[in-house]
Amino acid sequence: MVGAVVVVTKWPCLLWPALLLSSSLAAAVLPDNRIDLMQHSYQGGGVSIDGPALMLRSKIGEQVSVSGFYYVDTVSGASIDVVATASAYSETRIESRLGVDYLTGNSILSLNYAQSDEDDYNAKSVSFGVAHDTFGGMTTLSLNAAIGDDEIGRNGDESFSEQLRRYSYSLGITQVLSTRWISALNADVDMEQGFLNNPYRSVRYRDPLSELGYGYQFEIYPNTRNSFALGLVNKFYLPYRAALTASLRHYQDSWDIRAFDAELEYVHPVAERWVLDGHVRWYQQGQASFYADLFEFADQQNFMARDKELSDFNNLSVGIGASYRFASWTWWPAAKPELNLEWDHIRFNYNNFRNVTVTNAEAGTEPLYRLTANVYRAFFSIYF
Amino acid sequence: MKMISKPCSATKLLATVVALLSLAGCASIEPWVKPYQRAELADPIMAFGRHPVALQHSAHVRDSREAAKGADGSGGGGCGCN
Repeated sequence: MVGAVVVVTKWPCLLWPALLLSSSLAAAVLPDNRIDLMQHSYQGGGVSIDGPALMLRSKIGEQVSVSGFYYVDTVSGASIDVVATASAYSETRIESRLGVDYLTGNSILSLNYAQSDEDDYNAKSVSFGVAHDTFGGMTTLSLNAAIGDDEIGRNGDESFSEQLRRYSYSLGITQVLSTRWISALNADVDMEQGFLNNPYRSVRYRDPLSELGYGYQFEIYPNTRNSFALGLVNKFYLPYRAALTASLRHYQDSWDIRAFDAELEYVHPVAERWVLDGHVRWYQQGQASFYADLFEFADQQNFMARDKELSDFNNLSVGIGASYRFASWTWWPAAKPELNLEWDHIRFNYNNFRNVTVTNAEAGTEPLYRLTANVYRAFFSIYF
Repeated sequence: MKMISKPCSATKLLATVVALLSLAGCASIEPWVKPYQRAELADPIMAFGRHPVALQHSAHVRDSREAAKGADGSGGGGCGCN
């Protein structure tokens, strides 16, 4: 599923056109050649998502760099939403992306195409960006624009077909502030129009005639969503060889969701071949204006949601990683092989999303839902 | 359905960016960090998105479970190092 506005747990999937684009823009210097082969895994909330990923980036001549990305998500298990209203499932999402960067003077022009395919969701997006290096190489200005089209289906219902169109614009400035301090300020505006809810998910409402005290009906979402995000990243080179990164971000949208996150990352080389890193991140958000854990009656509002991603919650992440640089190969002396292992632990605390699998409580008094997840990444990189 | 709730935030942002752009283009201010002084900024441990493939997976995990999105990248290397 495209777009980070993923209000569904069935499709934990999206493209990252803006992010991918911005990360590929190294003003006036084309990105380095590299190959990354990764195996990833997410385990949490009764859901398991894993699969391989392959990324390739290579220069062609002095002015052009091309990139390719192939990514697979295999989802299995049953989240709490599925346990409550449906049956466990498994499915696969495949994402692929092609990009080209063109260096001209102090600017890099980038064009990217991304595609994501599932049996009930297909998404395509195109993005264009320009990054310009100025002020003696101390300042980089970047502009990105992306447009995407999604086609949404519903398994078991051939007649169901909906569309979603997405527009994304971002503006960034990266500034060298001292010999050891670099800062980046980024702003994103996203607009989405079309079918934004999950055709499978339901809201619950009080129903005295029901055995549990509540019943279910399909969610109803607005068909537009506009969002604005502002992020600030500061990176510091410490008095010894190590780097500290501090990131802040504010987000708000037309569904009345406000979010804030802060992250600290520390990177520390050890000896000649090892690089260790650790990070801690805090995230919090308020709920959408049309969200409720339990509505008072059926069809209470014109818009109704019970997606925990739209609820009031926070999460805390801690993560560690290690990289080991192998000796160069005799058969490919220009290559620098590296093995990387990363682990993240995330704890979600939902403040208005109750655990309906607890059935011995009165409707609306069930315990609040908690979720713990572990994320693993193992990848082998070759720089050449 | 209202649009972005606080449009003044976008206006303030635009004003800030314009001010920064003006500053960047101001001939009276010279770049104070010369290229030969950027060895530490050019160290790979200082790179934005040191491991792109991992960064993208991490963003994917977050974006699938959080409402917020965007503005979490950088505009590029930006230090003119190399």
